[in-house]
Amino acid sequence: MNALRRNVLKGAAGAGTVAVAVAAGLLKPTQALAGAPRSAFEAKNVGDAMKGMGVSAPADSKDITIKAPDIAENGAVVPVEITSGIAGTTAIALIAEKNATPLVADFDLSGGTQGFVSTRIKMGQTALIRAVVTAGGKSYTAAKEVKVTIGGCGG
Amino acid sequence: MAEPMRIRATMAGDVADVKVLMNHPMETGQRKDAKTGQLVPAHFISEVTASINGATVLKSGMSGGISKNPYLGFKVKGAKAGDKVVVNWVDNKGDKNTAEATIG
Repeated sequence: MNALRRNVLKGAAGAGTVAVAVAAGLLKPTQALAGAPRSAFEAKNVGDAMKGMGVSAPADSKDITIKAPDIAENGAVVPVEITSGIAGTTAIALIAEKNATPLVADFDLSGGTQGFVSTRIKMGQTALIRAVVTAGGKSYTAAKEVKVTIGGCGG
Repeated sequence: MAEPMRIRATMAGDVADVKVLMNHPMETGQRKDAKTGQLVPAHFISEVTASINGATVLKSGMSGGISKNPYLGFKVKGAKAGDKVVVNWVDNKGDKNTAEATIG
């Protein structure tokens, strides 16, 4: 809980007043989950999600390819494929910027796993899909807009 | 809750192409039941790990933002035909499932 509070405070200081209001919602008691930083998955905006992952100001990279439809008719199932051409890619995170909790998934790659993941995600509304790639201790990012005609969240 | 999970692993050159299809409702906790108007409790896979011949190749954290019956594809260089792929998942309620396949 203390760690989460600190994240919230940092997030509030760094962003505008809208973010402060959103971040206030984060102070609710959250379920303790095992594994990767779950607080990042519960963040309600992109900035807090990135902070939760320990990523700050990732550099834009043209070596990251996001393959996703330009228009998704069904937001409940949006196929997304991320390919990172950056040497030494060790992690890929997938963010749908306007989802209620933007961080959708993260993937730690080890052994001979290449900088590639393919999955299907839900999108609440038209938004940017953002990939955050970690390689050699640095962060890189790329984004692609997907238009959603029927949302996949809520109902 | 041992619903089947399907894995298909094939070699393409020196790269193993692994595709996993899991069975899970992936409820975000934000959806309302159409009949009762109550929120459907969150129930989603939160962690997935994959290994080849015992060595971890992929670890994933997921949220309810992954579609129902999650699909996951990844590529592993240096694997060989005949290697054993094992995939495990754990959901936010503590349910677990595991499946294995041989790279063909």
